Amino acid sequence: MKVFDSRRDYRWVAPSLLLPPLLLGACSPGVLDPAGPVAAGDRIVLLNALTIMLGIVVPTILATLVFAWWFRAGNSKATYRPSWAYSGRLELLVWSIPALVVIFLGGIAWIGSHDLDPSRPLASKVAPLRVDVVALDWKWLFIYPDQGIASINRVVAPVGTPIAFHITSATVMNSLFVPQLGGQIYAMAGMETKLHLQADRPGSYRGISAHYSGKGFPGMVFRVDAVSPQQFAGWVGQAKAAGPVLDRAGYLALLKESQNVPPSTYRAVLPGLFDAVVRDSGTVSAKSAKDGRQQ
Amino acid sequence: MNPDVAPQTSFLFGKLGWNAIPFDEPLPMVASGVVATAILGVLIWTWRRGYFPYLWREWITSVDHKRIGVMYCLLAGLMLLRGFSDAIMMRSQQAIAYANNGYLPSDHYDQIFSAHGTIMIFFVAMTFMIGLMNFVVPLQLGVRDVAFPTLNSVSFWLTASGALLINVSLVVGEFAKTGWVVYPPLSELRFSPGVGVDYYLWAIQISGVGTLLSGVNLVTTILKMRAPGMGYTRMPMFCWTALASNLLIVAAFPILTTTLAMLTLDRYLGFHFFTNELGGNAMMFVNLIWAWGHPEVYILILPAFGVFSEVVSTFSGKPLFGYRSMILATMAICILSFMVWLHHFFTMGAGADVNGFFGVTTMIIAVPTGVKVFNWLFTMYGGRIRFTTPMLWSVGFMVTFVIGGMTGVLLAVPPADFVLHNSVFLVAHFHNVIIGGVLFGAFAGLTYWWPKAFGFQLDEKWGKRAFWLWITGFYVAFMPLYVLGLMGMTRRLQRYDVPEWQPWLLVAAVGVVLIAGGIASQIAQIVVSIRNRKQLADVTGDPWDGRTLEWITTSPPPAFNFAVLPDVEGEEAYWNVKSLARERQRLSELPDYADIEMPKNSPTGVVCAFFATAMGFALIWHIWWLVALGFVGAWATFVIFAWRDDPEYEIHARDLEAHDRERRQAKAKLLGLREGDVA
Amino acid sequence: MSNPAAGKTSDGEDPHNLGHDDDVPISEQGPAPKRIVVAYGFWIFLLSDFILFSGFFAGYAVLSGATAGGPSGRELFELPLVAVETALLLVSSFTCGLAGIALTVRNMRWFQSTMAATFVLGAGFLALEAYEFTHLIGEGAGPGRSAFLSAFFALVGCHGLHVLLGLVWLTTMMAQVGAKGFRDDIERRVQCFALFWHALDIIWVAVFTMVYLLGSGT
Repeated sequence: MKVFDSRRDYRWVAPSLLLPPLLLGACSPGVLDPAGPVAAGDRIVLLNALTIMLGIVVPTILATLVFAWWFRAGNSKATYRPSWAYSGRLELLVWSIPALVVIFLGGIAWIGSHDLDPSRPLASKVAPLRVDVVALDWKWLFIYPDQGIASINRVVAPVGTPIAFHITSATVMNSLFVPQLGGQIYAMAGMETKLHLQADRPGSYRGISAHYSGKGFPGMVFRVDAVSPQQFAGWVGQAKAAGPVLDRAGYLALLKESQNVPPSTYRAVLPGLFDAVVRDSGTVSAKSAKDGRQQ
Repeated sequence: MNPDVAPQTSFLFGKLGWNAIPFDEPLPMVASGVVATAILGVLIWTWRRGYFPYLWREWITSVDHKRIGVMYCLLAGLMLLRGFSDAIMMRSQQAIAYANNGYLPSDHYDQIFSAHGTIMIFFVAMTFMIGLMNFVVPLQLGVRDVAFPTLNSVSFWLTASGALLINVSLVVGEFAKTGWVVYPPLSELRFSPGVGVDYYLWAIQISGVGTLLSGVNLVTTILKMRAPGMGYTRMPMFCWTALASNLLIVAAFPILTTTLAMLTLDRYLGFHFFTNELGGNAMMFVNLIWAWGHPEVYILILPAFGVFSEVVSTFSGKPLFGYRSMILATMAICILSFMVWLHHFFTMGAGADVNGFFGVTTMIIAVPTGVKVFNWLFTMYGGRIRFTTPMLWSVGFMVTFVIGGMTGVLLAVPPADFVLHNSVFLVAHFHNVIIGGVLFGAFAGLTYWWPKAFGFQLDEKWGKRAFWLWITGFYVAFMPLYVLGLMGMTRRLQRYDVPEWQPWLLVAAVGVVLIAGGIASQIAQIVVSIRNRKQLADVTGDPWDGRTLEWITTSPPPAFNFAVLPDVEGEEAYWNVKSLARERQRLSELPDYADIEMPKNSPTGVVCAFFATAMGFALIWHIWWLVALGFVGAWATFVIFAWRDDPEYEIHARDLEAHDRERRQAKAKLLGLREGDVA
Repeated sequence: MSNPAAGKTSDGEDPHNLGHDDDVPISEQGPAPKRIVVAYGFWIFLLSDFILFSGFFAGYAVLSGATAGGPSGRELFELPLVAVETALLLVSSFTCGLAGIALTVRNMRWFQSTMAATFVLGAGFLALEAYEFTHLIGEGAGPGRSAFLSAFFALVGCHGLHVLLGLVWLTTMMAQVGAKGFRDDIERRVQCFALFWHALDIIWVAVFTMVYLLGSGT
């Protein structure tokens, strides 16, 4: 039985050789291109775990293909052992190799889970920047309680400063995720989750919601701009100088559905707004809501 | 359906109105038009040929596990086409939707990905596996049917009812726009006010009853009904994995029932289990649904593992390596599958200790799985491997599943999961294990047991074409998704604004085209094989030189499976009998034939499901009088069934003897014996 | 060593299917008799039903504190009422047991009257529960008031629904036995019903402990 017809099938070889380099050129920065310590830690764990497992998986795949080929019925050189169905030594090996790998990986999982827990504050000589986050339909509200300003769909932070996100949702579940800076955490109504990230080099990093939340979900994109401390102070100053106030009316306006919202800032924020949003637990004043979401 | 217009409710029609039909949307109208025409065409053809009495008598009202198994697999195949159409739409949308809206607005796209997942898991994967288990397990156990044959029919028809309801949602109303796991608060009435989530809830609850009853049926069959001599350690491996899978069904499906019931109470009666207001707890839903959801994926994969054990052993010409170790591994997976559920939501913030614990338990469950892979490898070692289509699927599985398993263990490391959760890396992982594991297992099982079910083999050429197109298509479609996940692409995106993603999505779309070629080849395989069925006929009942009891029967087996229940004396019951016959150059002694009783056919299943469908539809549209009628009808069906005086019919010993004579002649032909040696 | 008389009744019946040959383990004796298969299958179903209830119990445990500023169990539960309900249900289990005995000795009058008594007691239980529910809803403590009340109504209501279905099943069995007598397959069904009814009793014990007793204490 001819499995690979060499005459006909190497037309595909040439273009398929070109494909990988073409594709590798088409890469957007993501998980493998960390810009901060958390993402770097996550990446190391990812690559270590992958390498360890490849150590088992590659030989297994090779063995599968080799055994399949060597013991094919047409190969008279292979020894047929029709009653070989048990070997105590092999059983021991077969149970212990995965067990050992799993113990090793389990250790990585346990330690990594603790070291890189999203709610764990980052070790730093610099005081963290606190940012309160509210997931809305379909945009992100970032409140800077210490600076007294707020921002839609954009986080500006100084390079090298840990950012302590406190996150909730005014609506359905979402997930705050900046791939180049670290892992994600869910945003849930009535709950306050914590995520600590840090950018160690200046740049503009893409952030998204990583949990589907309805028709505007693809547009819940925001940017994290890591800038020098002076530029950060400058941005705060600019925000304080102009723009609307995020008072109760301003917040209720934000509860209305909108998609693909361009970044903007608020020059002042109602004190205690974030805690009120958490306590409110995503309960919208039902009078104006036609289908649960503000129209 | 326009969500801004409050539905008019009437007593007679509930919320149903003409606006439920999307006349202004070409895609569902054309699709349903085509399907309706096809169904009508088939019905008219059936009627003109006079097949309806035959169909009613032999298939629709059949309580024979073999017929029911075939119907399950047919349903799975049809739903595969529906789910795959959803996949085509998703891939093509994503291939073009860079910086534009594509051709599917969010409203549609969100229904499509939800329907895709729901249909593939509940009505393709589950149905394929249950169908195979139904057909094969009683034959392998050497008995005549499952423990409760009429209940078996009810299970099938309730599953079909659920499948019907989901497909009706395409043209009457809408489907859920929440993903296939309907997380609240998005799935609550407030955020999903339409009928979409209700279609999901009732379709799954109705078919869930069917699945649960099926689980009870098969557990009882495997534990209480086996041929004489077949102790637990003499059962074929497929029966062990079927046992584990059905134990999981019995233990896990009630959790699904409870959780969806809670959501239903929230939506229908204003309860607050998972709402944002008044104390509802959406995280509880997440925990409960995955407490079901993780065992569910093991329910799917364990029978596939069983198929591979049978196929690899048969086509290597050797017994399964490490049989007892495999049993241990199977039951370990069964138990451990209840201890890992949190790995589906490491990112919900349970904390490092909890995350770490579940990460470790998830790793542990990889051990028995690895053991199984090694045991299949050693089954091949020292074998004489015949590369028939089933064996190709098995080798393809071993390579592909191992990659998928690896990415799964990777995702079980919480820090890795933090950056990959809900990305298309995750999507690639679970398709890797479900396609590479469950679907390849279904295809291997289908091609392996087809001759037993229908009396003729499937065309090998088309089978091999299908395999190569499928496996190449799978890699081309899903490997780019691993890369995209690492690039930060999340799942369920109707559109995106990162240009670098598009080339990868285009490659993935090409993969889907290849898979479509694979599916087309499978259809061609069936058509060609039916046309050539005389040349491809299986006259011996044992076309593969099999090792388990189903191959001792004729192809197809008679309704009663075995004229006399076989006396089993060791592992590999049939192989022992066959080896002895080969050695002695004559068949075994003639047994004593006695009259037997077989269960009569019954319309209970189909009638019950008819009422269940009516009830489900009525509940979705708030047509309360029809709900009451449906419920009463379903109860009346059961009572009428229970009122039967004559549930069984007799088959006389002389008829058994006549059939068995033919069977023994076929076996004599297989072994190359002369007429006289048959006795 | 093997005692062929082991497990048999005085007239040679083998009600527990212990087999005549102690050397062949039961697992190798071939398919079990129908009586055993039916009972076993029903037990498996009952176990799945227990898991269904455990889902509601888990929900109740998680949400028991989520009163959303509304009434809690302490304020709402009337233990004397629950005590009467419990007594009714427990006695109904007793009468159901009597019906099982009547079935074994094939006494139609005793069977129908004990089944009828079971029905009356079960219906009494449901009536009291319906009273409790309507009373709570009337007081503004319905299931829509808070997550705690949702969990309460769902758990207790699920049990009540099972009791209602049990009563429908009960009357069907009474009718069937009356019409067709004590046939083998009907007998198997009555035994399944009895198992179901007793299982509901067990669940009720868990309900009144976890919900009413514990809930009244906090």
